[in-house]
This record gives sequence, structure tokens and C-alpha cells, in this order.
Amino acid sequence: MNGYGSRERILARVRRALADVPAHERPADHPVPRDYAAVHGTRTPEETVELLAANLADYRARVHRTDTAGLPALLAGLLARRGARRVVVPAGLPPQWLSRAVVEPVTDSPALTHRDLDAMDSVVTGCALAIAETGTVVLDAGPDQGRRRITLIPDHHLCVVRLPDQVVDSVPQALRRLDPLRPLTWISGPSATSDIELDRVEGVHGPRTLEVLLVNP
Amino acid sequence: MKTQLGMPAFPEAAGRSTRDLRLRANLRHATGLIRERRAAAVAELADWERLRAAAAAVKDRTLRHLDHYLLRLEERVTAAGGTVHWAADAEEANRIVTGLVRATGEREVVKVKSMATQEIGLNEALARAGIRAYETDLAELIVQLADDTPSHLLVPAVHRNRGEIRDIFRERMGHWGRPAPKGLGDRPAELAEAARLHLREKFLRAKVAVSGANFMVAETGTLVVVESEGNGRMCLTLPETLISVVGIEKTVPTWQDLEIYLQLLPRSSTAERMNPYTSLWTGTTEGDGPRHFHLVLLDNGRTDTLADQVGRQALRCIRCSACLNVCPVYERAGGHAYGSPYPGPIGAILTPQLRGLASPLEESLPFASTLCGACYEVCPVAIDIPEVLLHLRARVAEGGEATLRGTRTVIRPARRHTLERTVMDAAAWALDRPGVLRRGQRLAARTRRLHPRRLPGPGRAWTESRELPEVPPESFRDWWARTRGGGR
Repeated sequence: MNGYGSRERILARVRRALADVPAHERPADHPVPRDYAAVHGTRTPEETVELLAANLADYRARVHRTDTAGLPALLAGLLARRGARRVVVPAGLPPQWLSRAVVEPVTDSPALTHRDLDAMDSVVTGCALAIAETGTVVLDAGPDQGRRRITLIPDHHLCVVRLPDQVVDSVPQALRRLDPLRPLTWISGPSATSDIELDRVEGVHGPRTLEVLLVNP
Repeated sequence: MKTQLGMPAFPEAAGRSTRDLRLRANLRHATGLIRERRAAAVAELADWERLRAAAAAVKDRTLRHLDHYLLRLEERVTAAGGTVHWAADAEEANRIVTGLVRATGEREVVKVKSMATQEIGLNEALARAGIRAYETDLAELIVQLADDTPSHLLVPAVHRNRGEIRDIFRERMGHWGRPAPKGLGDRPAELAEAARLHLREKFLRAKVAVSGANFMVAETGTLVVVESEGNGRMCLTLPETLISVVGIEKTVPTWQDLEIYLQLLPRSSTAERMNPYTSLWTGTTEGDGPRHFHLVLLDNGRTDTLADQVGRQALRCIRCSACLNVCPVYERAGGHAYGSPYPGPIGAILTPQLRGLASPLEESLPFASTLCGACYEVCPVAIDIPEVLLHLRARVAEGGEATLRGTRTVIRPARRHTLERTVMDAAAWALDRPGVLRRGQRLAARTRRLHPRRLPGPGRAWTESRELPEVPPESFRDWWARTRGGGR
């Protein structure tokens, strides 16, 4: 493999191609106007949560609202309605969340194979944050979210968003709070496709049912 | 990608495809739908034009200092546990990827939809090495099962309707793995379910995945893949080895820059506020996802494009496909007529630049446009496609300097355009001489019954795609001289 030769060759081609760029020009010298909006519109915190709920629902996520005290009962009810028995959970999921659920929780570990995960009925996680303007929840593999694969292989994902701290208005605000060194998954509704006649259909490879639980303190 | 060698020039290919009524109905339906939705999604953001200006400026800054940003990117990816490879052309990229797959001992890979790997013909190269590549995007799966070629950047099977897709699944899925369910119907939800079942097995056992990327962040070494179905997430997280083949122009300088593109891209491409899944990863993460990550940085004509001060703006492209969906020529001719994985207006300026004016196909592409400008209007990175089309037309007709595989060369005018130039020169001469023009027009009017619909001899090329205009019985000047505008 002559990869190193190609590295030098490509870099030399780039530099020759840019002969018209003045030698003294530094990258920052080329102006980038950043007068676009940091947030679209002004909202109260409650309005932001309502927008998040509306946008999540618009892309077919099921949205539920409760408070910390009501969360275990809500989760128990949703899992029961689904008929879920085996539920994979990240190692750092607060234990009280599933305290009312009549299920067999399986804690994520490297020993679980992909096929083991394929046999799970549901997964319950927290999130890193949620974006109201786009109806997005973001996972960053934190302790209450676990490895990326556990929210991918099971067909039913229950995702808890803690209000108001975990909700931001916009994409720019979200990026400011996220750590690029962590693996990130942005989820906006259940898996979908527009590949047949450009018409959106929900439910392909990722979880076909996404339930988002917006939880007040 | 099937071999594109010997593809007919655009006029011949479009001459055939425009007569395919089913293709035209499929395209009219799909592009009409997405045009309206895109307009609604864009209208939600009052600062769209400012985002667009920022997106263009960030890409220009990157391109003007691409060497700087590529080195930064390489450093960050390496620091995060990835391995960076550089590929000057398609052949080298294919060799690198084949070698990496071989080193794992695996004979199959799962693939995320990627324009770069289509461009280099990776699947065919892997097949020659005895490695089977499974496309996992629904539309790419349809194309692969049907032994077809993609016709749209985002929806490669847009030329197929649901009935055709059902037939392809019924007939072909069994040859590639799990057959289609018995009694499969043509509802999109049923078809998506069939794809889920067919690919599940492959995802769960895959050890190697190949992807592209929508963005690479130089500052952090982060790669971004934007998708809808979850096939991307499957490929990016389940296998042990991940190989990403990415064009060097996909670089953006900073993490913050993503805030621009992650707002522009989903609304421009699928008309969504946000696409269902976006994956961002930086090198490898202990205990989560692939243990080995290889990034193959691809040139393959991009530095040649960069060398052209007018044409380089094509490298801003984020492959959203908005320009295809609004293009009257694309809607009628379909994607295959463009003879490249990059169809539509962006293909008409990208293909001739990436490949050079290598054959009559590339020479014909800058002319595959009415210059209506709709593509420029919707482009989220403000590529002035008509400007580049005109620039490339001039290069085809008049020749000039261009860079090919890193070497500056002088292009000779395309042969067919020599005649056109002679005719234009003659026309300019006649238009400067009113007497000559008048005599010519009268002669034309008097002989009008004898005019053929198609020009003979060297003029034939011009009338292959145009009806010869009918000559009126009398020129305007003669009519005016006779009536002073007072009627017949």
C-alpha cells in the first residue's frame, strides 16, 4: 500500500489547486457570517416543552407526560400494554424507574450478543437532551443510556426526558451542550423511510415504536 | 455502480427515457410531492437565507484551506483511535478497502448508502476479490436486487413504483438471502417490513461495515451520518470493523459548523425538520461500537475540481438532492440519462469536473439544462449551478485550461461544437449587415414548404433534440414595411 505517497500527492494537488488563494490568507480570514438565529422564536419553558411534544408526535413518536413520582407507574403501564417481558436497561438506569413494572430487566453488558438483544421486547433509557424545534432526543451513551446497540436492536424504545433541564430549543443550543468525543445518536421519531415513491413510512430497521416520556421534577 | 463506460451522451439517453411513460409518471409523482413538502419545511425557518449564506461561506473557507483542515482531521481521527488512509483515485480507494476487508478474514460486508462508494465502483471491486457487499438502504437494496443503477441521490429507486418494487422483492430476495414473505403486497409499509426481515439476519452477523459520511469535523475528528431507516446505525455500531470512504470535500472546520448543516440538510432533502437518525462518532469508543475504524479520504477528481475557480463551488454540495427534485430536465429525463451516480443539475456540473471531459457523455452534461435557475434557488449551499454550467459549456465549445489528475492540461474544443461556432460566427456577420439578413429571410420564407423537420448533414446534431422552428411566410420587417402594424 502506498498510502503515504498518496497523502503527499493529494496534499500537493490541493495546494497547487489553491494557487489563487493569497499565501498570507489564514482560514479565519475568509469571512463566515453567523447572523442566523440561535433560536427560532421566543417561548416560555412550558411552550418549549409543548413544541417538543408536538414535533415528536408529528413524526409518530408517542409522547407521554408525567412527573418523577408518576414515572414508575407510567413505565409499568406502557410496558404492560406492550406485553413486554424482557426489558434491556443500561447499567446506570435509576432503579426506581422500573420499580413498579412487572418485567424481567436485563442489564446491558458486553456479554450480551446482538441476538440476545434481538430477543428483548423493549429498552428503557434516559437521554442526554432533547431539541424542541426539531422533535429530537439525543443519546450520548451516558450511564442511563448505555451502549448504542441497546436502543437499536429492540423494537420498542422508551426514552425518558427530564424537564426542564434536558430540553433545549434549537440545534445550535444542543451542539453547545454535547461532547463530540462521545458517540452520539440523534433520534427524531421512530425509524422511517421515504424510499418508496418519496412517501414517508414509519418503521424499518430501528425501533418501530418510540415512546418519549416527558417528566417534570 | 455498474460500469459507466460507453454510456451514451445525455441527448441520446434522454431521448429514450423521455419516451418511458411509466418512468415519467413515477418521477412526476415523487418529485411533485417532495417539492411541496420541502417548500413547507423551509418556510418554517425565517433565517433560511442566512443559514444558506453561512453554509456556503463555511464550505468556501474549508475549500480555500483544505490542506490545513485535512491535516487537522487526520490528526484528530488518529488521536481518537482511528486509522486514516489517503486514496488519490477510485482504483486506490478500492484497493485499500479490499485490503482492509481481507485483513479481517471476512467475505461479506454490510453497506450504508454512500455516494462515494458508488462513484468508485466499490461493490464491483469487492466482488472481484470474492467479497459480497450487501446494500442495506431500502432504495439501494431495491437497486441491487434488480441489478439496476441508482437514479436519484437520495432515493436511488425513485424510478420504481410500489408495484415494481413488490415484484423485485418477490423475484429476487431469495437469491440474496431471506426470501420475501408469501403474499407480499405493494403497500409501502409491507415492503418496508419485507426489507426489515430480509436484512435483519445480515446486520446481526456482520463483522465489517462500509459507510460514507455526510460531514467530517476537522476540529474534533467526528464523522456524521444522516439517515432515516436505522440501517446506518446498524452498520455503524454492530460490526467490529468500520471502514468509511469519504470525499475530502466533506470536511467542515468546527463542531459548531454542524449547527448550520444539520438544519439545512434534512429540510432540503426529505423535507423533515430532522431526519429520524443521525449518528456522530469520533474514532473508536471502548466497549461501544466497532473496535477498528478506518477512514479512507478520497480525491478521485476533487482536487481537479478545486483547481477551477468557477467550478470549485460544486464541492460545497451536501448531496441533499433538492436540485434534482425541482429540475424540469431531471423530472422528464430521469437519473439514468446522466450516466453517473450523480444525476440532475448537480451531476451535470460534478460529473464532468470529477471525471474531466473524458467522453461525449461528460461533454454533453453541461448542456443538459434549460438554465432556468430553480436548482440555484433551492440549493442549501448556494451553488450557482447555472454559472458553472455556462462555464463548462464554454470549456466544451472553446476548450481551455483544466486540471486532470493533478496535471494542468489544455482542452481542445469538442469537435461537434466547431460547426456550431462557425454557424454562430456566420450569424453574427449576417446580423451586422441588414441587407444580407433581409435577403436571407426572404429566401427562407419563400422556400419554407421545402424545409425538413430535421437538418441534414452536420446540422443533424442540433436538430436531434429540437424541432426546427417553422419559418413564417413573411419576416417582421417586411410585414411592418407593408402594413405599418395596421393589420394584414
